[in-house]
Amino acid sequence: MTESFTIAPVIDVTQVRPDSHAGEREVVFDIHDLTVSYGRVTAISDVNLQIHRNIITAIIGPSGCGKSTFIRCLNRMNDLVPGTRIEGQILYQGSDLYASGVDPVEVRRRIGMVFQKANPFPKSIYDNVAWGPRVLGMRKDLDERVEKALRSAALWDEVKDRLKKNALSLSGGQQQRLCIARAIAVEPEVLLLDEPASALDPIATSAIEDLMHHLKREYTLVIVTHNMQQAARVADLTAFFSLEVDENRRSGVLVEYDATSKIFTNPSDKRTEDYVTGRFG
Amino acid sequence: MSRYRRRRLVNRAMEVLATVAALVAVGVLAVVVISVARRGAGAVSWGFFTKPQALFGQPGGGIANALVGTALLVLLATAMALPVGVLSAIYLTEFARRSVAVPIQVVIDVLAGLPTIVIGIFVYALLVVGHTQSGYAGAFALAVIMLPLIARATQEVLLLVPDTLREASLALGVRRWRTVIGVILPSSVGGILTGTVLAVARAAGETAPLLFTSSIFANTVQTDVTKALPNIPVLIFTYSEQPDPALHQQAWAAALVLMAFVLLASLAAKALLARSRRKLAR
Repeated sequence: MTESFTIAPVIDVTQVRPDSHAGEREVVFDIHDLTVSYGRVTAISDVNLQIHRNIITAIIGPSGCGKSTFIRCLNRMNDLVPGTRIEGQILYQGSDLYASGVDPVEVRRRIGMVFQKANPFPKSIYDNVAWGPRVLGMRKDLDERVEKALRSAALWDEVKDRLKKNALSLSGGQQQRLCIARAIAVEPEVLLLDEPASALDPIATSAIEDLMHHLKREYTLVIVTHNMQQAARVADLTAFFSLEVDENRRSGVLVEYDATSKIFTNPSDKRTEDYVTGRFG
Repeated sequence: MSRYRRRRLVNRAMEVLATVAALVAVGVLAVVVISVARRGAGAVSWGFFTKPQALFGQPGGGIANALVGTALLVLLATAMALPVGVLSAIYLTEFARRSVAVPIQVVIDVLAGLPTIVIGIFVYALLVVGHTQSGYAGAFALAVIMLPLIARATQEVLLLVPDTLREASLALGVRRWRTVIGVILPSSVGGILTGTVLAVARAAGETAPLLFTSSIFANTVQTDVTKALPNIPVLIFTYSEQPDPALHQQAWAAALVLMAFVLLASLAAKALLARSRRKLAR
């Protein structure tokens, strides 16, 4: 990574206090000893973490530390990668996501995801948002649903006059907001964002970040980002992952998980401090 | 210095060789087209397309019955091969595990390489022996030829659909089959049509399987597919064996019509493919 890190020693991340926060909020994901491997390669090992309702949790860390692997476990997207092995336990609202009777399609219905690269369907703007609800049987008041999703994604005013235009005619930032609209149109309970702004310019990025602040009233958000300033700006809680290399094994581990302000101003772990102050990564 | 010169010369020689090879390929096609056109163009007229074959020994006549028959045969064959070909391609790219997909792939490739006369004999033994020759049997034989072509072409265009689109759909909690119908097929329709058109062009000219399955027919326009259907390739074959030079000319003319059809079909396929590429381009 070639970003220059100029994190000021004091970042004002409002209202967050780790203990008070985590204590009050309902736990959405309760993750125990999560180890994920692809074939013989271990991507992350022994992650223990709780994710809480209606706040934004950021996952930060250097490239290859397993951030994306982690977040893709939360809605079973990793099932699509052949050879993935998952050990440990992920409880979602108290029930095991990987229990034998659980249908991964239903999991993904309830836990939405937005990807690094905007991936709108080669359909009209309207159909991009309407397709999910239509296929999933939410056909009632479809126009209102589409409008609501586009409004929530702060895109409505820009596209309301050209809903029939192809989605690929939108700019990169608009496409990404369209993907967010598409994800929330099916009313998920959680929204996972895997580096949603990494391919966007600063203005589009800030639009997405504003949007996240709005969305957290209704949704539980988990965002993976390699951009530390972004984590500092949007997240309430931040988890720092790093790459552990010992003997001939290397895998991602969770180093520290705390209130965002604490992570960035007064981390407990030396590795976190080195990372957030730009000494490595 | 000498090494440098050698490399330069080798490079030059290979370039010339490759260019000559390309010219030879084009040249062969040009010779075929020109000689067929020269011998057959004289017989091509409006009546050639609208009149059925003349009765034996009588002058005139056209290829109307064979055109209709070939159209029917190919249509029927496409109706059989298209769904099976597309579905098997969908199975291989979207559903099958690697350990299952690889052997099936090999089988399809072998099918594509099977000599058409073998397919003809197979269908003859299966559907004609004990019954009669029929349009069904001919179309089935052509379908066997078309199937691997359509499956292959479909597979290739399905692989062009970016995985990010599959992920986008699956992440909405949409089932794989709905993803295929709603996202993957719409973005690959152009490519599938291209493959189908090329397979149609190929099937329209196949002779060997039809000799076994649909070669004993009346010289009238025939649309009953339970009977043998007159068709262009067999017409060319039988006319070329007749002593009458007028029939020879008609055979050449029919060959010219067939070639023109294949050429047009290839152009159409190219246009369709370009259109579908544009649609997927970001």
